[in-house]
Amino acid sequence: MSGLPKRILKETERLMADSPPGISAAPKDDNLRHFDVTVAGPESSPYEGGVFKLELFLPEEYPMNPPKVRFLTKIYHPNIDKLGRICLDILKDKWSPALQIRTVLLSIQALLGAPNPDDPLANDVAQNWKENQSAAIAQAREWTRQYAQ
Amino acid sequence: MSSDGDNDDFLYEDEYDDGFDQDEEIDIDSTSEPDVYDAMSPAIEEAPQKKPYDVSWKVKTLQEIIDMQNKEISKVQALLEVPSSSAAILLRHYVWNSEKLQEQFWNDPSQALEEAGLSPSSSPTARTTALPPSPTKRSNRSLRPGPSSLLKRTRSTQPTGPFECPICCMEYDYSSTYSMGCDHRFCKDCWIEYLSGKIKGEGESAKIQCMESGCKRIVREEVIDDLVTKDISKRYHNLLNAAFVADSPTLRWCPHPNCEYIIECSQAPTRMLNQLVPTVECKCGNDLCFGCGYAASHRPVLCRIVRLWEKKCADDSETANWLQANTKECSKCQSTIEKNGGCNHMTCKKCKYEFCWVCMGPWSEHGTSWYQCNRYDEKSGIDARDTQAKSRASLERYLHYFNRWANHEHSAKLDAEFYQKTEKKMEQMQNSGNLSWIEVQFAKQAVDAVIKARITLKWSYCMAFYLKRNNMTELFEDNQRDLERAVENLGYLLEQNISDTDSIAKLRQDITNQAAYVQKRHDILMDDTLRGYLERRWEFTVDT
Repeated sequence: MSGLPKRILKETERLMADSPPGISAAPKDDNLRHFDVTVAGPESSPYEGGVFKLELFLPEEYPMNPPKVRFLTKIYHPNIDKLGRICLDILKDKWSPALQIRTVLLSIQALLGAPNPDDPLANDVAQNWKENQSAAIAQAREWTRQYAQ
Repeated sequence: MSSDGDNDDFLYEDEYDDGFDQDEEIDIDSTSEPDVYDAMSPAIEEAPQKKPYDVSWKVKTLQEIIDMQNKEISKVQALLEVPSSSAAILLRHYVWNSEKLQEQFWNDPSQALEEAGLSPSSSPTARTTALPPSPTKRSNRSLRPGPSSLLKRTRSTQPTGPFECPICCMEYDYSSTYSMGCDHRFCKDCWIEYLSGKIKGEGESAKIQCMESGCKRIVREEVIDDLVTKDISKRYHNLLNAAFVADSPTLRWCPHPNCEYIIECSQAPTRMLNQLVPTVECKCGNDLCFGCGYAASHRPVLCRIVRLWEKKCADDSETANWLQANTKECSKCQSTIEKNGGCNHMTCKKCKYEFCWVCMGPWSEHGTSWYQCNRYDEKSGIDARDTQAKSRASLERYLHYFNRWANHEHSAKLDAEFYQKTEKKMEQMQNSGNLSWIEVQFAKQAVDAVIKARITLKWSYCMAFYLKRNNMTELFEDNQRDLERAVENLGYLLEQNISDTDSIAKLRQDITNQAAYVQKRHDILMDDTLRGYLERRWEFTVDT
């Protein structure tokens, strides 16, 4: 990977040196646009205690286009589907080139703390979340224990 | 919304009564050609014998649409005392409803400006206080972490020294950077890339915001024109015009390929579409429906019914596939026959069996007594119709109407061929019958009448499919049958071979009479059906 834009180099450098609490991100050796990410489940959420793996890819058009992010760890969440795809506005139409990898990952962490079943990606999960919240939360906790620890 | 309210006259001229006092600061008309009005355009200015179900309309050029916008903009500009680009942004935000805009603006000017994406102090240079990015309300999921410390967000603190663009992290001289006055400064290269991507990639125009996340400031026209390439700026203005037309309930683009005209019609609002079929004719010579944008006349059927019908035809693809096969078997000798002309009176080449293409029954039944072909008649239909259709009554009912609809569609598609054939015949008549060119025009007029009537007949079957069975529907089908019979007779006459001079004279008489009759039956069906909507005579099996 030659000619990596300065912006990406700088972001990477700072992410490695000073990553936000509960978040780590490091580029793969063979592709510096492809990041291995971990996000710790926020406190007092059903994901607490879990460490979730994600992959993040910076497309050619980054930062004019948003990064592509996907959960690799199985997670029970109304806005994240079976394939790990995330329903988050800043990853789509609300993307701004002034946002960064860091802000994206913090937003994802915040999403874990505040699921939004009214704008679901995983319909069955969202329905369960709305109809029987305590059961859904128990399920999320169980999955966290099973897959993210 | 348009300020000239005289939409009542049926105008085909251009109006340039208001184009003078405009300050044309944005010169974007370099490509549109307002001068191509064809003085020789077909004399389609039918006498404005307005029927209660007809609408008036005007055909506008792109330049006129631009003028309409500029006129509104300069009005608002003068009234609210704002720069013209602000007036444009305000108008677009309020969907060109200048009354609502004024009401909101005088109520609370700064809020109106802010909502539209223009914060009050809008001088694009000053305001150099260093501020943390102030994200406005955002959904709780896109929580922004506090002012990020890592990438030094070099705010526009001092206008000297190098500036590090927070997007590309490269250093620039201040002269190569730009801020819209919202304290978010970026380098021009990033701005150009961003704007070009928004315009070219995402087709955005009126709602392009500042690059900073959460900043709602709208990028002004002149900024975009100044930064991006000519091509992209042209596309940007095209998109703005397209949005203006799309936002306006009284405007619609002509849907025909390569036609750039816009139709203005204020008499066909959506709520009227359950009793009006606003067919209009564009300057390009083609018909369209102003109500739904259908690229042809679909009279006498309501827009909503047309949509249902098209969806049904698309959904029932299996049957449609079968139906679209344009071959049928001779019901006597089973030879496969392809219909290559407009007339339904078929004669099998092989066994000389004469039959009707529509019902596959013997033609003798049709020629003499009742023409039985336009009604759904289970008993007599079953024998003749194809076996696949027998399974279900409802399917069969649909197929009955679809068959006739598709049949007329197919015939209408062959009209180019029909014209050619007729032209040959007209030559022949001129040669052998000593008729002048003008004297043989009757044949072409007859073909015109046939084609027009076939389009109406086609839609009449769609209509009949959705009509409830009652006396009114019987009357409708009577009219339909009369027209169908007249059209088939005329089509048959037009396919006759010319033998000698005497027969030409007679044929000419017959065709002329029959064409007049077709025209009359056509007008009766159309008039009665369209009036029926206004009188609420029609009852449908679906909601309209």
